Amino acid sequence: MIDLDDTDRALLRALAQDATLGAGALGRQVGLSQPATWRRLRRLHQVGAIRRRRLVLDAGALGFGVTVFLGVTLAAKGRTSLADFERAVSAIPEVQTVQHVLGLYDYRLRVIARDIPDFERVLRRRIMTLPGVGAVDANVLLSEERRPGPL
Amino acid sequence: MQIDDTDRRLLRQLQADPALTTADLAARANVTEATCWRRLERLRTRGVLQGQQAVIDWHRLGWSVEVSLRVTLDKTDPRAFDGFIAAARQIPEVLEIQTFLGRVDVRLNIIARDMEDYRRLYRERILTLPHIADLEALMHVSDIKSGEALPL
Repeated sequence: MIDLDDTDRALLRALAQDATLGAGALGRQVGLSQPATWRRLRRLHQVGAIRRRRLVLDAGALGFGVTVFLGVTLAAKGRTSLADFERAVSAIPEVQTVQHVLGLYDYRLRVIARDIPDFERVLRRRIMTLPGVGAVDANVLLSEERRPGPL
Repeated sequence: MQIDDTDRRLLRQLQADPALTTADLAARANVTEATCWRRLERLRTRGVLQGQQAVIDWHRLGWSVEVSLRVTLDKTDPRAFDGFIAAARQIPEVLEIQTFLGRVDVRLNIIARDMEDYRRLYRERILTLPHIADLEALMHVSDIKSGEALPL
């Protein structure tokens, strides 16, 4: 586990808002010199506190109007069917995320589509034909907000 | 605004590697640097390209439990959605709040340091949230695909 002090947390909070900020601008926000900030940023990256950068795009403006979360239960379970399913589902471009979960379902998928007919096409032709797929439960996303988390 | 193939190509490359410089991005998308800069500027001012955010690795920082809580609300109360969401925002461990059309009304993505911490959160903060009619938990095992890239 990584030890973070208040300044590290402030830097992570700022980067979670805007990852393009440089050491100079970040330093001014948290009250550190540019070299001191740079050293802290290097450490945060080295210890893996930041996984990656996410591009924030207006999906609607790019023609993607519908996001659906699917809960997928596999019909046939076993080591090979899990691997086959995971490989095949990850290859579908409209499937944005795949999470392996414990509970009511085996997998949780985030699917994006242009509209409902487009979603139906993806569901019927791509998802329902995946190897090992059993029951599928769908919930259409209405709104979403990301919170800063416990920093 | 009208998005053409050049815009899509630029965004596709930038989505794959948001840290690219304008020069590298222009080369990968096969446009001049001037075009690249102009196109990105236009996408920014029109609000299509809204920015870049660092994705925190909570697991690395010591939050090893991630749970998706699927909540059905008591919709006989017209303030159920607003009241529930306002209260959920007060819990620091809540990373995402999503509302749905379907069997589930709201989903909370929450993290905890360990199972003991999760048990405490669940009892003291989650079960005390207002307007809950039903609650289901999905324990997160692993990410098979992440990044939420758009199929541009």
